[in-house]
Amino acid sequence: MNYYESKDLNRFAEVGKFKPQLMRKFFEYYGDATGSEGALTKREKALIALAISHFKQCPYCIDAYTTASLEAGANPEQMSEAIHVAAAMAAGMTLVHGVQMLNNLEKSGA
Amino acid sequence: MKTEALHVLNFKKYDFEQKLYENNLDLPPLNIETLQVNVTLKCNQACLHCHVDSSPKRTEQMSKETIDKCLEILVKHPQIINLDLTGGAPELNPNFDYFVTEAKKLGKHILVRHNLTVTIDGDPTTKESKFYLPKFYADNNVEVISSLPYYQEYFTDKQRGKGVFQKSIESLKMLNDVGYGNENTELKLDLVYNPVGAFLPACQQDLEKDFKKELWEKYQIKFNNLYTITNMPIHRFKEQLERLGTYDEYMEKLVNAFNPSAAKGVMCRSLLSVSYDGKIFDCDFNQMLNLQIYDNEPLTVFNFSYEKLQKRKIIFDSHCFGCTAGAGSSCGGAISE
Repeated sequence: MNYYESKDLNRFAEVGKFKPQLMRKFFEYYGDATGSEGALTKREKALIALAISHFKQCPYCIDAYTTASLEAGANPEQMSEAIHVAAAMAAGMTLVHGVQMLNNLEKSGA
Repeated sequence: MKTEALHVLNFKKYDFEQKLYENNLDLPPLNIETLQVNVTLKCNQACLHCHVDSSPKRTEQMSKETIDKCLEILVKHPQIINLDLTGGAPELNPNFDYFVTEAKKLGKHILVRHNLTVTIDGDPTTKESKFYLPKFYADNNVEVISSLPYYQEYFTDKQRGKGVFQKSIESLKMLNDVGYGNENTELKLDLVYNPVGAFLPACQQDLEKDFKKELWEKYQIKFNNLYTITNMPIHRFKEQLERLGTYDEYMEKLVNAFNPSAAKGVMCRSLLSVSYDGKIFDCDFNQMLNLQIYDNEPLTVFNFSYEKLQKRKIIFDSHCFGCTAGAGSSCGGAISE
């Protein structure tokens, strides 16, 4: 048994066992935000979700949004570009903290 | 036998009839408009998803006598307006050209499920070239429905074999050159998309826009409509799902996506499927599962009765969830919005 089992995603709703009303609100919001056409297409939303799934390294979400992207008509090049955006953002977020390092260096007279 | 034991015997994990019952749906046959004829199981390709299990090794093909029987049915039944030829690669039947030209003389609308590469590969056994096909189709005003699972090489070759994409592009250009896909001619060229894996097709209209843009910008290719078709969980595709351990996951996806409006439009209500040996089925998938139509005796083109066929009960089974999932799926693509 692995720590993450892909079939456990089907048990997501069980997280509402002790607070069903909060979970209901979450699923309603989640469905509205990710699952419908709006100012963004379902394909664009699926690609954003795929990128975030990688950034946050959620195996359930990577499985789900790989399929969702394909079912929304995205192609492997678009999906790969989406995760490169996530990777570049992650690298940028690491590197931009280098300014903090520089500030501290200056403060310490280095 | 105890009731519980009977219940276990009758239990169907993916019960399509039960789903129809739960949705108050009754799906009797409508007027039969299309005779879909599988003229050969031989194909120059051997695709991963093929529900017919076609390949260059298959030898089954319809005889001229059976083709003549089909033509006789078309003569006697003017209400059957479409002849839909499929296979395998239907062009590999030696009497294919005869079938098309004779049906044309009857004024029928002829559709051919054309895999594109047969024009270039020719016959895998005789190596006979089929470069004449585009002009032959144009001369007989055949509606060409061509498989092209994706507008990119990777997915197409993954599903249909190495080199298929490039040959398909070449063949599409030949069809365009004789006037297919041009809005100023009557020659209709439709493409068929099906997913390269265990997922449902994207929205047909959205994908059609992508296909048109990409094929035009990269190859200057034009076509009329894109049809999205769901992969059927039978035969070769089912074996693939079982190998990957995803058969149940795929079936659950199909069942969860059941769409009553797509169910009302399933193609088996207005189509009959004929096998190479003349047997009659509700659809090509039932044909491959050998779910033959009976009325005291097996119905064939040799004892054809329009009346009996209109009164038949369509045979449904778990694979039918493939035609009713999401926007639905048929030989003419998605069924509902």
